[in-house]
Amino acid sequence: MSTARRADYCVIACAEIYRGDGEILANPTVGTIPYIGARLARATFEPDLTMTDGEAMLVANNQPVGVNGNPALVEGWMPFRLTFDVVWAGRRHVVMGASQIGRDGDTNISSIGPYEKPSAQLLGPRGAPGNTVNHQTSYWVPNHSRRVFVEKVDFISGLGPSRAARLGGKAAAYNDIRFVISDLCVMDFKGEGSCARLVSIHPGVEVDEIRAKTGFALENGLTAVATRDPSPAEIRLIDQLDPNGLRYREVSV
Amino acid sequence: MADKRTTEAEIVAELKDGMTVGFGGWGARRKPMSVIRAILRSPVKDLTVVSWGGPDVGLLCAAGKVKKLVYAFVSLDTIPLEPHFRLARQSGKVEAMELDEGMFYWGLYAAGLRLPFMPNRAGIGSDVMRVNPGLKTVRSPYEDGEELVAVPALNLDLAVVHMNRADERGNGQFLGPDPYFDELFLMAAKRRFMTCERIVRTEDFAREGSFHTLKINRMLVDGVVEAPNGAHFTSCVPDYPRDEVFLARYAASAANPQAWQEFRQDFLDGDEAEYQRRVAAR
Repeated sequence: MSTARRADYCVIACAEIYRGDGEILANPTVGTIPYIGARLARATFEPDLTMTDGEAMLVANNQPVGVNGNPALVEGWMPFRLTFDVVWAGRRHVVMGASQIGRDGDTNISSIGPYEKPSAQLLGPRGAPGNTVNHQTSYWVPNHSRRVFVEKVDFISGLGPSRAARLGGKAAAYNDIRFVISDLCVMDFKGEGSCARLVSIHPGVEVDEIRAKTGFALENGLTAVATRDPSPAEIRLIDQLDPNGLRYREVSV
Repeated sequence: MADKRTTEAEIVAELKDGMTVGFGGWGARRKPMSVIRAILRSPVKDLTVVSWGGPDVGLLCAAGKVKKLVYAFVSLDTIPLEPHFRLARQSGKVEAMELDEGMFYWGLYAAGLRLPFMPNRAGIGSDVMRVNPGLKTVRSPYEDGEELVAVPALNLDLAVVHMNRADERGNGQFLGPDPYFDELFLMAAKRRFMTCERIVRTEDFAREGSFHTLKINRMLVDGVVEAPNGAHFTSCVPDYPRDEVFLARYAASAANPQAWQEFRQDFLDGDEAEYQRRVAAR
């Protein structure tokens, strides 16, 4: 039994998504825990990942979150316009947020309700339509709830695997929805009919809680494994990457 | 040698109701805010606004200047959702053309290159195609036969960008980390304007930054305005960061109509010099 808390398991899950990715742009666009997870992956099993500082610099060293640590070791320049070269060439694994995630892996960050007069206008589709027909995409949901996990999304910003498969061709070939990491569990879309299934459950979470907070039927509830424990070395690295424990503000259990 | 120096008022005097205008920058970063403020004081209305949206979009919406928005996102960066933009959309009063970011980029580029469209995979199969029935697809004429989005050119009547430095002939220099897509807005527009923190002599550019920072050349610019602190309250690094305190106050002004009226009276109803005095006096 480890002393790791829920947020630490989320960090591990957010690191594991990059396993095997090699020399690509690991690009967590939201959240503290995905930020730490990407750097943990680079510090351990995926040393060739590239990452930005959230703006225009590619930074080679794993800087801690929320403190003035070691200065950025800038290894390259990647202004927003050049990001599209990377996206369209398929050399990126993005982690996005999602206001809604459907059972089929379609996602929404644009708006809730009718497009002409939304009940809630959100960000707009951002790069989600392009990301999901070009490269690896994962999602981070710090607050697993029925509001987020819905049968069908109101606006399809990001394409799930079935929708992309129906398009055929390169859009189908390049659509690569990897994982949804929430504060409760990890899912993918490799269930029956390319629908959501449980991959792993964070220790301390009951499958009934996940079902109660998910607005669609989830496959694999009985066979999903536990999200793996962080090793003692990983715990030390996580503490170095987040010395003030900001991850526990994002997931406080 | 042409001296292209002009004023915000002269730029706004070129605007007519119903025009399509583009603003450079990104979210709450390096926005030509002194021109936005001048538009707020003018009678112009029914604008179609094309922007990587930030408070430029929110302010124009709050002041009732917008008929249609063309965007991939609207955000204040540190405050992810732009409250005035949300109110405008949720009231159903503002038409929207929501695009994928790559489509938005390609649309500006197509306009700049005088092409009717650019092919792109981004957007295909998404609701961007459903909610914009005017968008068409095109099939590759080669053996792959792939169906792609024909992103239409985003032609602009007028565009404004804000740079760190410029000379009076219309060369512009960015000194921050990212040039954003500013030259594409200028390329896409019939009338092209650049505000800047400081007008310098052409020979002084090299003292300000390397030649790589000379992103805007004078062929792209019809008029230049020296507007110190002109991007306030968005960031204009290294000259100044985003004014987070003011940004929060701006966001709070969306709470109710009275809060907006107070914000307007406190900061926006005077001219630009008055705005800068009031900002400095806080």
